[in-house]
Amino acid sequence: MEKQLLHITVNNEYRELYINPKRLLVEVLRDDLALTGTKRGCNTGACGACTVMLNGVPVKSCSVLAMQADGAEVATVEGLAEGGKLSLLQRSFLDHGAFQCGFCTPGMLMSATALLKEIKKPTKDQIKEAIHGNLCRCTGYNSIIRAVRAVAEGEYKERG
Amino acid sequence: MKKYAVINTPVHNIDGVAKITGRAEYAFDIKLPHMLYGKILRSMYPHAKILKIDTRKALALTGVKAVVTGQDTLGIKQGIWRRYKELCDEEILARSKVRYIGEPIAAVAAVDEDTAEEALDLIEVEYEPLPGVFEPLEAIKEGAPLLHEHAERNINVTRHIEWGDVDEAFRKADHIREDWFRCSSQHHVCMETHNAVASYTPEGRLTVWTSTQSHYYIQVLLSWMLGLKESDVRVISRYTGGGFGSKFEIDSAQFCSSLLSMKLFKPVKITFTREEEFMATKRRTPMFYYLRSGVKKDGTFVAKEARVFTEGGAYTSMGATALYLTGFFQTFPYTWPNYRYDGYRVYTNTAPTSAMRGFGAPQATFTAETQIDLIADDLGLDPIEIRRKNAMYPGYEVPGQATIQSCGLSQCLDRIEEWIKSRGKLPLNRGIGIAAYGFMSGGIFNWFDTPYAFSSAVVQVNYDGKVDLYVGSQDMGQGSNTTMVMICAEELGVRPEDIRLHMGDTDNCPVDLGAWGSRETLMQGNAVKMAAAEAKRQIIEFAAAKLSPNIVYDLDVKDRWIHLIARPERGLSYFDVVKEAIRGKDGQPIIARGHYTPHRKGMISPAYSFGVQAVEAEVDPETGKITLKNCVTAHDCGQVINPLGVEGQLEGAMAMAAGYGFTEDLPMDEGKILNPNLVDYKILRSTEMPETKVMEIETYEPEGPFGAKEAGEGLTNPTAGALSNAVFHATGISVKNLPITPEKVLEALRMKGKKEKK
Repeated sequence: MEKQLLHITVNNEYRELYINPKRLLVEVLRDDLALTGTKRGCNTGACGACTVMLNGVPVKSCSVLAMQADGAEVATVEGLAEGGKLSLLQRSFLDHGAFQCGFCTPGMLMSATALLKEIKKPTKDQIKEAIHGNLCRCTGYNSIIRAVRAVAEGEYKERG
Repeated sequence: MKKYAVINTPVHNIDGVAKITGRAEYAFDIKLPHMLYGKILRSMYPHAKILKIDTRKALALTGVKAVVTGQDTLGIKQGIWRRYKELCDEEILARSKVRYIGEPIAAVAAVDEDTAEEALDLIEVEYEPLPGVFEPLEAIKEGAPLLHEHAERNINVTRHIEWGDVDEAFRKADHIREDWFRCSSQHHVCMETHNAVASYTPEGRLTVWTSTQSHYYIQVLLSWMLGLKESDVRVISRYTGGGFGSKFEIDSAQFCSSLLSMKLFKPVKITFTREEEFMATKRRTPMFYYLRSGVKKDGTFVAKEARVFTEGGAYTSMGATALYLTGFFQTFPYTWPNYRYDGYRVYTNTAPTSAMRGFGAPQATFTAETQIDLIADDLGLDPIEIRRKNAMYPGYEVPGQATIQSCGLSQCLDRIEEWIKSRGKLPLNRGIGIAAYGFMSGGIFNWFDTPYAFSSAVVQVNYDGKVDLYVGSQDMGQGSNTTMVMICAEELGVRPEDIRLHMGDTDNCPVDLGAWGSRETLMQGNAVKMAAAEAKRQIIEFAAAKLSPNIVYDLDVKDRWIHLIARPERGLSYFDVVKEAIRGKDGQPIIARGHYTPHRKGMISPAYSFGVQAVEAEVDPETGKITLKNCVTAHDCGQVINPLGVEGQLEGAMAMAAGYGFTEDLPMDEGKILNPNLVDYKILRSTEMPETKVMEIETYEPEGPFGAKEAGEGLTNPTAGALSNAVFHATGISVKNLPITPEKVLEALRMKGKKEKK
């Protein structure tokens, strides 16, 4: 199949690359751009480990063709800590032990980051709903919910 | 001064920053130059002879580099119970016969996964299908199809445990109750599927990056299967994306990628799809459970008899351990004075069943705790009271099996009773059920036949005071890396951030048997503590010369301060002393070793955790749907090391155990799993989690490091039983067949209605 040119901005960096148009966004991120922070747990959109933000909206990158992201902005877990400074949510995840094996964590962080972008002060039910599509086998979710809530409640402030 | 500077303070997971920034590199993420991709051809039959395998067409496909079959192996039947030859029964690549759907037959290496997948379709296998047998109670019958020639009536392992005079005691019981239970299977569902990258080089060395709970076991088993020296196999596993019991046996990703790499001298990567993960990795053992219990009118336990038939699947795996442990933990956490257990593990043409978090004990606890509530109901007794009357206590001896040292069970019962009272009168269709449990802190048995200590550690203190800690334990998410760093920091008298942990690499780490059986905190923890204590002793030798204390003052190190214990303000900086000590030692860093192997600790484990859990659930009588409302746990894990870690372990165990109780199942048709995906196999999602609360009961375990014992696995035991009791108290029905699905609830309600009409 003839390769097509993909224009994509990933974590604020503009990239152009020729790809097989059948390739999935998760494949391009992991294999072509070496952004292996984004995981794959099922390839059927059921587990959420591959969640990234596409133009600010959380999507399962195993269910999106890379060409569907042509011209778009993609944010992955690697982009959350800018200049070595952890995001508020990342700090809260550390403090609340909101991860164990860590394999679902990148997707979980992206779903939660997208939520807080959309709703400043989500309720507990809104948080649960926002991560409903992200499976975690280790934590039982409650520590993750506490971590997101702590940020929503303003317990974390940007450091200078 | 506080008793501890580090222990029992919430410490960030030392792998945390790597994990939340996406930097943590799992074997799943490894990509090497010139790497090829492998795929595995699996049996479509539950039971068949392999007559012929023709790989020529597959090999001719452009991009295919190699194909291996059972004929390319040494033909070894391996098993993890290496001491018992008859329990080593699995070839991994079947040579002449397949025994379950999904059993590996051949493997292909190609330039990419798609090509490898395409090549699988070109491998021609000629089978002679054989009749299969899928249920243990069928497979054990005379004349049933035989899976293995050596196993008459498909009996793989039997276990017998007995103490007291059971028959005589039953004659003295006021009330005897008999029940049959069926405990279902469960899949681990690690978020990182099984995978391996194997790279064999002309020096004759094999390096395998993989996702495992025990790099040592994989090293030993691979070297045996491949005819290499143990030390010529290097297994690397820095991060493991979940284990839960599924990743300490050798798997076909590790074995087939190694075989292919040895043929090609190139790295080969095999990653299981989610479907393969369900079909062809191991799973929790389904059990048919018969229980007969005799009690006095006042609820005093008199005698118990248990008979268990487990669905073994096609191979032994770790199933022999599950069979023993379910029999042992059937009496937990109570003082049954007379007990008899007979367990039969039966081969069936299904995927092998093996270790999974709780390891036979969740089945034991579900059946025992459900029956105890039924007995209490028969006799009009309070569920807390009957448990309190028979609870294990410190110093109790399980006859011929174990001695309980620390035990906070009665305090756990008190706390749960208080919580239940605080709930007041519950709304209609809602109930609270409780279950009590105990669990082991690592096994004493050496069926693997290791010549090494069960756990070892090395501590090196460098010129700048930073410490290199080398451990063999494996962190699969449970947080043992952080635990080991905390234990080392406390004992040595430094801060966690002073320590660099080295783990997950057989070339650079001492042997530890791995993360299973809840062994790391106690066993690896003891080894780390011993090494740190020895390093501290060496440092104190130098400090003593400088401080010239009066003989009555002993020295200690705490938070980087070397001081007289009786006069803590008098001391020296740890960093200064270390600098001088190393110069004084002719430039040698301070190095110390530690090790731990349990000796004379009974038949099972050096120490036991305890707990009581209450589950509040609501049952919709129209739909049969169960909703979890609250889950409260009182928990004795000895001295808590990292409160942040323990809380996470308990909540996570509860979520997994609740899934076992009412949502997770592996239905099969003639050996074929019908729901091998994450849509139809239902693990709990965020919206289904109840409120959780954990109450720590602190005890001191003399055998554990700083008094610590097991924390993360035992909590998988009580939830299914507590849930079944909650349903019983809400509706009056008892579902003895896991999982407690809406269909089963509705059916039981219908039967109850019928009975009441009569």
